[in-house]
Amino acid sequence: MIAGQVSKLIGSRVKRKEDPRLITGEGKYTDDVMLPGMAYFAVLRSPYAHARIDGIDTSAAAASPDVLAVLTGAEINERCAEPFPLFAILEGMQYPERWPMAATKANYVGEPVAVVVATSRAAARDALDLIEVDYEPLPVVTDMETAADADQPVIFAEMGSNLCYEASDQAGDPDRAFAEADGVVEARMEQPRLIPNPMEPRATVAEYERSSGNATLWVTTQNPHIERMVAAKMLGMPENKLRVIAIDVGGGFGCKINTYSESLIAVILAREVNRPVKWAEDRTEHFVSTSHGRGQAQYVQAAYKKDGTLLGMKLKIYADLGAYAQVISHVIPTLTPSLAPGVYGCRDIGWTTIGVFTNKIPYDAYRGAGRPEAAYIIERVMDLIADATGKDPVAVRRKNFIPKDAFPYETPTGMVYDSADYDAALDKALEIAGYDDLRAEQKAARKDGKLMGIGVTVTTEVCGFGPAASTGGLGGFESATVRVDPMGKVTVLTGASPHGQGEETSFAQIVADDLGVPFEDVEVIHGDTSIVARGVGTFGSRTLVVGGTAILKANEQIKDKATRIATALLENKLEDTLDPQLVTLEDGLFSVQDMPDQYVTWAEVGSEAYDGQLLPEDEQPGLEAVSFWEPPGLTFPFSAHIAVVEIDQDTGEVSLKRYVSVDDCGTVINPTLVEGQIHGGLAQGIGQALLEQAVWDEEGQLVSGSLMDYAMPFAQEFPMFELDRTVTPSPVNPLGAKGIGEMATISATPTVANAVVDALSHLGVTHVDIPMTAERIWRVLQTHGRSRRGGRS
Amino acid sequence: MIPQAFDYYAPTSVADALRLLRRHGDEAKLLAGGHSLLPIMKLRLSTPQCLIDLGRISELRFISEADDGGLAIGAMSTYHDIKNSALVQERVPALAAAAGEVGDVQVQNKGTIGGSLAHADPAGDFPALALALNFELVTATARSGRTIAIDRFFRDLLTTALRPNEILTEIRVPALAAGTGVAYKKLPNKASHYAVVGVAAAITVGDDGVCTDARIGVTGAGPTAVRARNTERILKGKHVDAAVIRRAANRAAANIEDLNDDLHASAEYREHLTTVFAARAIEEALSRAG
Repeated sequence: MIAGQVSKLIGSRVKRKEDPRLITGEGKYTDDVMLPGMAYFAVLRSPYAHARIDGIDTSAAAASPDVLAVLTGAEINERCAEPFPLFAILEGMQYPERWPMAATKANYVGEPVAVVVATSRAAARDALDLIEVDYEPLPVVTDMETAADADQPVIFAEMGSNLCYEASDQAGDPDRAFAEADGVVEARMEQPRLIPNPMEPRATVAEYERSSGNATLWVTTQNPHIERMVAAKMLGMPENKLRVIAIDVGGGFGCKINTYSESLIAVILAREVNRPVKWAEDRTEHFVSTSHGRGQAQYVQAAYKKDGTLLGMKLKIYADLGAYAQVISHVIPTLTPSLAPGVYGCRDIGWTTIGVFTNKIPYDAYRGAGRPEAAYIIERVMDLIADATGKDPVAVRRKNFIPKDAFPYETPTGMVYDSADYDAALDKALEIAGYDDLRAEQKAARKDGKLMGIGVTVTTEVCGFGPAASTGGLGGFESATVRVDPMGKVTVLTGASPHGQGEETSFAQIVADDLGVPFEDVEVIHGDTSIVARGVGTFGSRTLVVGGTAILKANEQIKDKATRIATALLENKLEDTLDPQLVTLEDGLFSVQDMPDQYVTWAEVGSEAYDGQLLPEDEQPGLEAVSFWEPPGLTFPFSAHIAVVEIDQDTGEVSLKRYVSVDDCGTVINPTLVEGQIHGGLAQGIGQALLEQAVWDEEGQLVSGSLMDYAMPFAQEFPMFELDRTVTPSPVNPLGAKGIGEMATISATPTVANAVVDALSHLGVTHVDIPMTAERIWRVLQTHGRSRRGGRS
Repeated sequence: MIPQAFDYYAPTSVADALRLLRRHGDEAKLLAGGHSLLPIMKLRLSTPQCLIDLGRISELRFISEADDGGLAIGAMSTYHDIKNSALVQERVPALAAAAGEVGDVQVQNKGTIGGSLAHADPAGDFPALALALNFELVTATARSGRTIAIDRFFRDLLTTALRPNEILTEIRVPALAAGTGVAYKKLPNKASHYAVVGVAAAITVGDDGVCTDARIGVTGAGPTAVRARNTERILKGKHVDAAVIRRAANRAAANIEDLNDDLHASAEYREHLTTVFAARAIEEALSRAG
C-alpha cells in the first residue's frame, strides 16, 4: 500500500459489502442451515383466544408415519427450569408467569399447545391434524379501554384484574397551564395494532451434543447474546454451553428481539430425539406467532394561547399488551409520554399510562416502539392548535420550538436531548417542497373543488440505547474486538447484530479510515456467540452509535500497540533508537517524523506482532484489542417532513403526490445506507398512516390474518421520495452519530395524517384516525359534506 | 403452508386430462395458474386427493382470430399472454389493458383467463370483463363439449355452470360491433389487489350518437359478478350525456342482492363504489366509442 492511495471513506457512498452475498443467494439464513439427520417440528396453536385445555390426546399423531415425538405444552414446560424472565419491572405492575407453551389454558389465538417432531416438514404438519385437544372456550377480552374494568373476564385469576400497571405522573403544573390557556383542543387518537412483516419470517434450528451437554441454536434474532442469556436461564444451562448463531437475518423491526418459545422448544426437542431439529414459520403462522406492535388508545388534551403557544398537555394512554408482557414490552408504552413534548418547549404535562392484558398475541417493539405513538400525538396537537388559532401549521411549530442554543436540553419528562437545530431542518424541507407555492396550489385546487392537503411535521426520537439504565437490564454497552493478522488484514467482531442495516459496510468504512487500511481488508463478524463473546444487539437505532464507537475504542488500543511495534521495526531498520513519539500512523503507514521515506506497513507490523523476534522486551505478542463501550447519554435524531396528498372525492382514496424528508442523524457514515433506512422507514410509516391495521373480531380471532387481508404498501404507491439532511453531530459519542433506523417511520405517519386532515380542513375536519383507508375518508366526506366547485378555500 | 398430500398429474393433451378427470371424479381438481387453488390448499381449506395440472397442455394456450373476426383465447393463456398479444391489443385493447391490471407481475405470469373464470372469485377482474364483452365459453367433456354463454355461466359464490367432468378449453370474445368502446375501472383492494369493486362497460354508439347497445359487468360487489341490467337499459336508445350517465350509474348496484360486507369494505360503501366505477367505466367506454 502506497501513501496517498487511501481515500476517506466516512461519508462516502460505499457499496454494501453484504449485497453480493445476499443478492446471489449465498446468505446464510436460519432456514438455510442443513444438518445431517435433521428432523423438523411443527407447532399446534390454540384456535381460541381464551380456552381451558381439559385434555390432549396425542396418540394418533404419535403413531403417524415418520413422527419421532409429540409433546404437549405441559411436557415442554416441565423440561424448562424457569419461566420467561421479564426485565425493567415497573413499580406496582402485576404480570402473569409465562412458560413456553400453554399447558392448562390458552390465552390468545396462536399460543403453542403441542408440538410434533418428525423426519420431514410435511409429516410434522400432517400429524398436527391428528392431535385432539379438549378445549373449553372462555369469555374473551379484546378491548384495551375496558379490559381492566371490574365486569370483564379476568385472564389470570391470580391477578384479580387485567391491569398490568397504571402509571400517572406530571411535570410542571398542567392544571395551571390549562387555567391560563386561551383554549383547549382535545382528541381521542387511535394507534391500531400493526403486524411487523420482515422479509424473513422466524425460524430456529437446534443441535444438542449429549456427550458434552453443549447446544447450538441458530435463530432469527436481532440480539443473539440476549437470546443466549434468556434461553440458557430457562433451559437451566450455563451460558457457556449454549451457542447462539444469527448470521444473516432478513429484517426484524423489533419483532425479533424477543426470545420465542420455539427457541426453547427446539433445544428441548433436539435433546429429546437426539437429532438436530428445525422449525420455520410461514407467513400465515407468523401473523399469530410473532409479536405485534403499536396498539394504543390516546386521550389527548392540549392547552394553548391564541398566539399558537402550547402551554400544557394532559394525556391518558391505554396500551394493549396482549396476553403477556415479554422482555421489556411493557415499558414501551411509557416511552410515549416521555417523548410527547417532541421538539417543543412545553413544560407542563400530566400523563397516565395504562397497560392492560387482553386475549391477543403479545405486543412488543416495532420500528419506533413507543416513539411513533408520541410523535403522532404531538404533531397532531400542533395541527389542532393551528386549526383552533387559524395559524399556519409551520408558524405554530416555529413558535414552540426548543431554540437551538438550549442544548443539551432536559425535557420536563426527563429526557436529555443531545443536540438539534429544528429551524434549520424545517427551513430546508420548506424550501425543497416549495411550501408557499404548495399553499397557493392548494387554494387553487379548492376553488376547482379538488381536495389537496399538505402535511408538515418536525419530530425527534430517542435512540442509541444505553447507557445501561435505558435498557432495564439488557445492557447498555456494545462490545468490539479488533484483530490485525500477520498479513496486516483486519477482523472486527461486533456484539451488535445487524440484520439488514448494512453495518458490515459502515463498520468497515470506520475501520478503514481510522487505521488507514483498504476497505477490502476489513472483515466484520457478528451474530455468533462463540466467536463474539458478549454483546447487546441491534435495536433502537443503536448499532452504529454504540457498536461503532466501541470499535473506535478498540482501534485506539490497536494503534498504540502497533505504533510501539512499528517503532521497534524502524529502529531495527535505521539501526538507531527512536523516540516513539516521533513515529506516527498516517494513511496506513507508520513513519518517522521528517523521514517520510522511512516507514513500515500494517503487514510488517502485523507479521512482527506474531513473529515477535524484534518485539521490545516489555511487549507481548499479538495484535488484538477488546473494548466495551457504554455511551454517557442517549441520542436524539430529528427530522422535518412534508407530504402532499390528493383525495379522490368519489371514493375517498388518498394518493400521496410528494414526500419531502429532511433528516438529521448527526454524522453520516454512508449516505446510501442512511437513505435506504429512510426509504424503508417512510414506506412503513406511510403504510401505517394509510393502510395497516390488525383487526380482531369479538371472539379474539385475527380477521386480518394474512397479506391478502392485511394491507402493506407496494412500491408503486409511492412517489419518488425527496431526501435531504442537516448534520448536527451528537456530543455523546465520538462519531457524532445519532442513529437513523427509526426516524423516518416515526415522522411519516403523522406527516401523512396531517396532510390528509389538511386536505379536509376547510370542511371542518380536525382529526381522522389512522389508517386513513378509502372507506374511512369517504365516510368523513359523507358527514362533512363534499368540497364543491367554488367552495370555501 | 404445507398442503395435504395429493397425487399430481400433468397431462399433455385435453383428451388425457379428460380421461384423468373421469377416473378420479370428485377427488380431482383441475389446476390452472394455481393462484387461487394453491393458497387454499396450503391453508388446508381445500384438500383434493388429486391435482390435474393443465399447464403442459399446449393446445390450451393460444390467442387467435375467430371466424367472426373476434378472438379465440385458449383457456390456459396467461394474463401476460393477453396483455402482450398484438391481436388482443388491436381488437379489444381494453382487455389487454385490464390483463395488465390484474394482481402483480407474478400473478400475470402465472394466472390464466380460464382459471379466473372457472374459479369465479367474486372479486376477480375478468368476470366483469367477460360479462361486458359477452364471452362464450367453450368446454370439452369425454363425449363432446358445448358452448356456454357468459350470462348463464356465473351461478353463485365460486360456482359456475361447469360440470365436474367438464374442462373449459377456450374463450371466444365476439368481435366488437362498430362504434363500440370498452373500459374497465376498479378500486383495488390494497392488500390482495383484487377488485373491491370493478366495473367493465362495453358501449356501442351509432352514427347519430345514440347508444345502441350497452353491457355492464360488475365484480366485487356481490357473491358473483353480474350485469348491471338497469344501467344498461337506461343507456340504451339514448344520447348519452353526463346526466344520463349519472342516472344510469346510480342504478348499477340496484340488482345486486347480498352485497359483500367485510373487512375491506362495507356493503354500503361497495354499493356506492359500484355507482362510482360504473360512471367512470361508462365515461371512458364512451370516449372510445362511436
